[in-house]
Amino acid sequence: MQSKVGLDFEKVRLAKSLAEKVAVEVQAFVERYTTVATERTVARALGIDGVDESNVPLPNVLVESLKEKGVLSQGVMFYIANAMISTGLSPQQIAEKIANEGFDITKEAKITDPAVLQKAVQPVIDATIERIRTRRLRREKYVAEYGEDRARPYIYVIVATGNIYEDVVQAQAAARQGADIIAVIRTTGQSLLDYVPYGATTEGFGGTFATQENFRIMRKALDEVGEELHRYIRLCNYCSGLCMPEIAIMGALEGLDVMLNDALYGILFRDINMQRTLIDQYFSRIINGFAGVIINTGEDNYLTTADAIEAAHTVLASDLINEQLALFAGLPEEQMGLGHAFEMDPMHKNGFLLELAQAQMTREIFPKAPLKYMPPTKFMTGNIFRGHIQDALFNIIGIWTHQGLQLLGMPTEAIHTPFMSDRFLSIENANYIFNNLHDIGDEVEFKEGGIIRSRAKEVLDNAINLLQEMTSEGLFNTLEQGKFGDVKRPKNGGKGLDGVTEKGANYMNPFIELMKGRK
Amino acid sequence: MSEGLYSMEAKNYDKTLDLKKVKPYGDTMNDGKVQLSFTLPVPAGPEAVEAAKQLLKKMGFENPLVVFSQELTPGFTFFNCYGSSTLTVNYADIYVPKVESKVMSMEATDEFIQEKIGRPLVVVGASTGTDAHTVGIDAIMNMKGYAGHYGLERYKMIEAYNLGSQIPNEEFLARAIELKADALLVSQTVTQKDVHIINLTNLIELMDAEGLRDKMIVVCGGARISHELAKELGYDAGFGTNTYADDVASFIAEEYVKRHKK
Repeated sequence: MQSKVGLDFEKVRLAKSLAEKVAVEVQAFVERYTTVATERTVARALGIDGVDESNVPLPNVLVESLKEKGVLSQGVMFYIANAMISTGLSPQQIAEKIANEGFDITKEAKITDPAVLQKAVQPVIDATIERIRTRRLRREKYVAEYGEDRARPYIYVIVATGNIYEDVVQAQAAARQGADIIAVIRTTGQSLLDYVPYGATTEGFGGTFATQENFRIMRKALDEVGEELHRYIRLCNYCSGLCMPEIAIMGALEGLDVMLNDALYGILFRDINMQRTLIDQYFSRIINGFAGVIINTGEDNYLTTADAIEAAHTVLASDLINEQLALFAGLPEEQMGLGHAFEMDPMHKNGFLLELAQAQMTREIFPKAPLKYMPPTKFMTGNIFRGHIQDALFNIIGIWTHQGLQLLGMPTEAIHTPFMSDRFLSIENANYIFNNLHDIGDEVEFKEGGIIRSRAKEVLDNAINLLQEMTSEGLFNTLEQGKFGDVKRPKNGGKGLDGVTEKGANYMNPFIELMKGRK
Repeated sequence: MSEGLYSMEAKNYDKTLDLKKVKPYGDTMNDGKVQLSFTLPVPAGPEAVEAAKQLLKKMGFENPLVVFSQELTPGFTFFNCYGSSTLTVNYADIYVPKVESKVMSMEATDEFIQEKIGRPLVVVGASTGTDAHTVGIDAIMNMKGYAGHYGLERYKMIEAYNLGSQIPNEEFLARAIELKADALLVSQTVTQKDVHIINLTNLIELMDAEGLRDKMIVVCGGARISHELAKELGYDAGFGTNTYADDVASFIAEEYVKRHKK
């Protein structure tokens, strides 16, 4: 491939090999541990759902019972398989028995031969694998039937009414206006809950809860409007925070298409413990990879705390690490919505050129990835008229550099969650520009020695330097030192560390083998 | 839409500015011109346009003009409109109680604290009572800040502790004592049934009972909080919408210096 910004692909290879070194170390750590959330995910994958009489989700009831007895390290699968053999009950019935009768699942766990245990759970595992595969094939069939213009970014908008039924109205309206992806914003603070609420929800602040029932309601609504429009409308939610892999499995079961899925984001911006969330991320990405879900990473957020011009290379370095971590989880490049953003100060002279350099460079470094491109937020002021123009410049770069997911900016950013009319104006803006400038990227190359080429080179060089430091420091130390987003987080600080445990001798999770890197 | 160039209508209104009767300004004094956009939950068509016009009239606009309308999705129509307001306000008699501090940038505040106090100020914040919303306190305190205004965590001369949401007042105070807080920030987002008033009042009562009220600067904030309300409830300042970490930090720094001069 010929680089339009004069990238030296030898340097790109070097950057990727450095990022791999950083990721290898993280991966070696991650594979030795499990967490309460990972185990609840195994429970859900075995068909355990519902809540007890005090509204505690059954996966939590089961995992808490193991944790209380100090045997979480052996994992849910080991005990459920044993209990299935000794009681003849299904995993769901076993979980109900624990909730209703205080059944002690650890007492009867006498079998340790993994082959015998796996044979007992195999039909349940197969049913889950089949259900997720069916969901994936269904999406692929729709997309093949309706077709897509892949030169254009997907138009991605959010709905955030706080009531799932009102969200449906907004989402269907957005789809009719031209949205390709609907992200249902979660209520503030859900990322810090160590359980996933149950059932349809009609409350929340700045969004409503991510629940499996809400996923189902919205998926159905988008299928309806998609059939009306002859377009496949993708559904996005948030698989980050303390329930990262649980949300992944719920999304996989209900046919979600896009998931925010980034441990680094949770560490830096939600103060979630780094060990906990990196372990959780591994299983969640295996699931997302298998389900055909596009993940989004949150590097764009670094530029809301750090300066977008000075810290551009930290975004690239983090994208490179996220790419390697995703590859270790078997997630294909075509599903990596690596994040970056249009967040430079709009008053900066030639800022547009720097943004263009960044976007084109990122495009070329990750040629297959459906990059997630975030709109201006930091410099949106409440002046909706100027904001609409900032969003237009952002859209120009989106089509020019073939970004994957264009997270549309709203003129009313920083004022309120989008009104129906805000979304209409933003989609109109994007459609106008995407059509009017459709092939500009194929027409224009950048001047040798000019601002754009020099900027791309500078950012890549700085990213390589940072990655070089990181290969000796390691990711954990780098995060402790505040290299990303200017935010410092201690390795043993933050939320959720007490839910981490080293895997024991009987630990088993056949889902990893069955899902990782597979379709 | 201007009444200047294209309109043949007689302009029989008084074109002199009267601060006791201020009206919106388009391009001629007292033309009252206002630009609006909104959505009505009705299908597009002449009836929708008429509905928008009638609404404008009820809002006190003369010559209502619907310049653009578009159905956003079946059953919802968006309008861009203009009208001339018939209403006036008495600007001359307006009095707004304000936080009496000079708003400084982050760097200037840091410098101010360094110079005048010589040690970092300890600021402890929380969304207290049953309020589960961290959005307000996060906007002020988190590194990330809000709308381009960095939060207190980013200040070099502020030691910021964000305790999060649903912090009971007793626990909030206990932590404040433990951390030797110079200032407390209370965020209240939920205001249904005036729950915020009860909770805010309770904190001040507790502080009075413990003899802490004069030892710390106490500030509250939230979308429904005004400086006037905060003062009434016994706080040193209140910060509503369109105020940021800069406003809060400047106030705390200046107030601290003012108190310790005495």
